[in-house]
Amino acid sequence: MVKNDTPTGPTAIEVRNLAFHYGASQALFDINIAIPARQVTALIGPSGCGKSTFLRTLNRMNDIIPGVRVEGDILIDNENIYRDKIDVVRLRKRVGMVFQKSNPFPKSIFENVAYGPRIHGMNDKGQLGEIVEQSLRQAALWDEVKDRLGNNAVGLSGGQQQRLCIARALAVQPEILLMDEPASALDPKSTARVEDLIDELKTKYTIVIVTHNMQQAARVSDWTAFFYEGRLVEYGRTKRVFTNPKEKQTEDYITGRFG
Amino acid sequence: MNRQLHETAAVFLLRFTTYAIVGVVGYILLDIIRHGLPVINWAFLSEMPRRAGSEGGILPAIVGTLYLTLGTVAIALPVGIGTAIYLSEYAAPGRLTETIRLAITTLAGVPSIVFGLFGLGLFVLFCQFGPSLLAGSLTLACMVLPTIIVTSEESLRAVPQAFRQASLALGATKWEAIRTAVLPYSVSGIITGAILGIGRAAGETAPILLTVAAFFLPKLPGSIFDQVMALPYHLYILATQHPDTDKVLPLQYGTAFVLLAMVLGLSLGAILIRVHFRRKYKW
Repeated sequence: MVKNDTPTGPTAIEVRNLAFHYGASQALFDINIAIPARQVTALIGPSGCGKSTFLRTLNRMNDIIPGVRVEGDILIDNENIYRDKIDVVRLRKRVGMVFQKSNPFPKSIFENVAYGPRIHGMNDKGQLGEIVEQSLRQAALWDEVKDRLGNNAVGLSGGQQQRLCIARALAVQPEILLMDEPASALDPKSTARVEDLIDELKTKYTIVIVTHNMQQAARVSDWTAFFYEGRLVEYGRTKRVFTNPKEKQTEDYITGRFG
Repeated sequence: MNRQLHETAAVFLLRFTTYAIVGVVGYILLDIIRHGLPVINWAFLSEMPRRAGSEGGILPAIVGTLYLTLGTVAIALPVGIGTAIYLSEYAAPGRLTETIRLAITTLAGVPSIVFGLFGLGLFVLFCQFGPSLLAGSLTLACMVLPTIIVTSEESLRAVPQAFRQASLALGATKWEAIRTAVLPYSVSGIITGAILGIGRAAGETAPILLTVAAFFLPKLPGSIFDQVMALPYHLYILATQHPDTDKVLPLQYGTAFVLLAMVLGLSLGAILIRVHFRRKYKW
């Protein structure tokens, strides 16, 4: 169960009694967590513990898998995102996502970033240009690509591609950014850049990041949630969770006894 | 030593079968070019046939085949792509989808004369289109649909799942994601299907026999409800139904040459488009 230090500032995402099923098998059990606004929350735990599934419940990306079932409530801005009337398109505009493997479209750098604004009806060239520049600046990629915005994004390095995907997500001006092991496929230098970026982004965005890397969780996050076998075992300030875990399972995991 | 001999023999045999195919194709091509090319001149291509095709040109057959092929692609491509999108992106896996797939595979195996009779029954008689460009194109479209559906679906599936996810995660609806993040990247594969369809539609005789093709019609079609002459049917007539087939042998070769050149020309155009899209979208 949740052991708090409960966040005191404004809450961005409030999850109550969340359960999740893939067909007959249950992946998440009774998750209760309040994710604070404009801070970084890391989700850690061994493979198959449900942390990625949980992340994907927050923007309903699990919906595209047939046969899934969700119980409980997730509130974002006091709106229950699993009520039937919710507009998933609007939700995903507010809750952006960056994937484990960078997935730029095989078109120009500019068009990649402009993709989101375009599908949401933005057609003004000047405004699009501004959004693209601003998003690339925020993703710390602008200086590297400003002279070749027309080049195919597939030609960028892995780290640049991932920052481009972050810029693409920022371009639709989300409030929340979900990151599913965003640096796991990157070399150490690129990883450091992405981590620095996360640190900058949290002044404006609520960030939820799944990571397999303990050091990374410790470095970038303010709050840490430890998942094990579909349950939220422990949740608290990162410093406290890593230095003084209350649960035996958490301690075993972060000290490397399993996982 | 013996093993080495076996190895050499195997390579020789495999190479022989492969080269044999090239040999057969080469022989057919050379034979048609050798006998057909001398017949080709501007009059042959631009004049109406005379005396039941014994003299004159083959213009109406060229135009007829061109219209039929374009009509077929115009009908079959949208329907085929639509079906492929539904099957690849929307249809939930299950018994119904499997049945649909089985139906498409079966359709691909139906003999072309059966398509012809089907077209006669449905389009010519029941829909009262009469023997016409419309009925012929619809019949040919039914015939090439499976090819277009299967190749289109394969090329849609070849587009990485990550593109769909990236698009959906940015707030695209499913159709927006398909339209902007899947379809553009599958165009080259879809065009491949269209090329195969064009080749079949232009060359088939049986499906047009009863639905559109005219034995001898020395004028150009004025509407989609007109009958037309077509190259493969004209060739069939000259080769088997003409009273003096030996005398019109050069015309047969000429017609075969033109048909071959047209199919290759149409395919070449499609291949160029495909190359363009392959270059444009690489991942």
